[in-house]
Amino acid sequence: MGMTIAEKIIARASGNEVVKANDICTVELDLLMSNDGTSHITVDKYNALKNPHIADPSKLVWIVDHNLPSDSVKTAASHKKMRDFARENGITYYEGEGVCHQVMMEKHVRPGQLIFGADSHTCAYGALGAFGTGVGNTDYLYAMVTGTSWVLVPETLRFNLTGKLSEGVYARDLILTIIGKISANGANYKAMEFGGEGLKSIDMAGRISICNLCVEAGAKTALMEVDEVAMDYLKAHGREPVQCFAPDADAEYAHVYDIDLSTIKPIVAKPHFVDNVVPAEEAFGTHIDEAFLGSCNNGRIEDFRIGAEILKGRKVNPDVRFLVVPASRDVYRQAMKEGLLAIFMEAGAIVMNPNCSVCWGACQGVIGEGETLISTGTRNFKGRCGHRESFVYLASAATVTASAIKGEITTADRL
Amino acid sequence: MEKFTGKVWVMGDDIDTDIILPTEYLVFKTIDEMKPYAFSPLRQDIAKELKSGDIIVAGNNFGCGSSREQAPEVVKALGVKCVIAKSFARIFFRNAINNGLLLIENPDLADDIKEGDEITVTINEKIEYNGKEYPIVSLPDNLVEILDAGGLVKAMRRRNGLSD
Repeated sequence: MGMTIAEKIIARASGNEVVKANDICTVELDLLMSNDGTSHITVDKYNALKNPHIADPSKLVWIVDHNLPSDSVKTAASHKKMRDFARENGITYYEGEGVCHQVMMEKHVRPGQLIFGADSHTCAYGALGAFGTGVGNTDYLYAMVTGTSWVLVPETLRFNLTGKLSEGVYARDLILTIIGKISANGANYKAMEFGGEGLKSIDMAGRISICNLCVEAGAKTALMEVDEVAMDYLKAHGREPVQCFAPDADAEYAHVYDIDLSTIKPIVAKPHFVDNVVPAEEAFGTHIDEAFLGSCNNGRIEDFRIGAEILKGRKVNPDVRFLVVPASRDVYRQAMKEGLLAIFMEAGAIVMNPNCSVCWGACQGVIGEGETLISTGTRNFKGRCGHRESFVYLASAATVTASAIKGEITTADRL
Repeated sequence: MEKFTGKVWVMGDDIDTDIILPTEYLVFKTIDEMKPYAFSPLRQDIAKELKSGDIIVAGNNFGCGSSREQAPEVVKALGVKCVIAKSFARIFFRNAINNGLLLIENPDLADDIKEGDEITVTINEKIEYNGKEYPIVSLPDNLVEILDAGGLVKAMRRRNGLSD
């Protein structure tokens, strides 16, 4: 029996010829990413060990992004602990470079790697054919000390994409549609594998957006076949693959979905679950207080181009705070170069430094009681972005920008 | 096999990590400081009312969302003996075991149970409620070893012959 991409990567990382779904394997990790959400706790737990030791510091990448720059004395103390530890132990460390997953995609991830990240959206790395999966800080600590961990080989859901997305429809709409279809735990413990002719028409920004959100269906990881688009991205960022894996023709899947991209429409996920999706028009007219363009899901230059194109010559609604947050310094620099930031600023948006922002409800732009946010962020859980009695709608960069102009949920074609 | 009886708190599907412990309280230095805010977006007073030995029974996908380990840590710190759900999100599952918090999957109990009632759990065997028995699938030995030790770090200490 053949193997899926997930099985092939775990076979490689565990030194086995063949593995199959539901095997438990001890694997060697290629990279270990951690951010300021929990690194300070990992440091505390590490320091409490009887024999503290880092298996290979060169595999560790620590990134400050969740509360950057620090917004309180408590956060400053957490950051200092993380920063000092990284320096003392020769850990690759970024502060101000961008949101962790975007920085990983730009600078570290290579096809074929098995990567643990102390953050649930680590599954984004599948856009480059790497097996990324989120873990808590104890699993992270174990991997950091031993260089290894155990994984249950996941069953795989295969998504065969055909056709092309229509104009005004984006990868974000596709992945929200898929999550709505399979539900918030439809891929629990499973890998989501994407391929087919349709994938070729989706750019890297869209691919990262798709893989990134798969954890919202419960997925352990997301994986895509590495094609020319992925190889071009990798080369442009000065890296080579470890190994490019494609699934075998006789690989075994828990389920196969065929999706014609031309059938996808603009989608909105309503409060308070990511799988609570409706066609955007069903949410038209919903009043919003704030809009957010950014995050590891939709803060890339391609998203900024989409937003700026819609906003050019228009104004942000005076009753809306429109937060625009590039996902990395590279995105920020490029957006400046292309004049996109000027468009956002002249239209009345609030342009911030690269960080996780309101997506995780603690950095900035937190919303108050009874307020509504439309966001390109990752989650719309109750209280996720502020007060427990507040409301978050998720949508594409285009729908978020159009809504920021209108002051209520709408799509760009209706402006 | 260990057997215990506890009072049940009932929750629904998709109890996410932002409900178990909202982001704004992650900045606190200790789990004890976070404790009063557990589950607050859903039920503001539940953290105060939960007693040591109580049991949470929930629907599908308990613990979905963030990898924040403070979520299972705070549930354990509140004295919750175990969480029984139709299913658990995978990161939460690993994090809970790694912190010595027992999780039990059962597809039926959540539909039958009434809040405030008592149930009796025999680990790796069954749940008893209202004269009915609900079978439990056994956890693999390696996970039982971690739970017994009170978490992954403690289990490694034991395995390496070190004291707690």
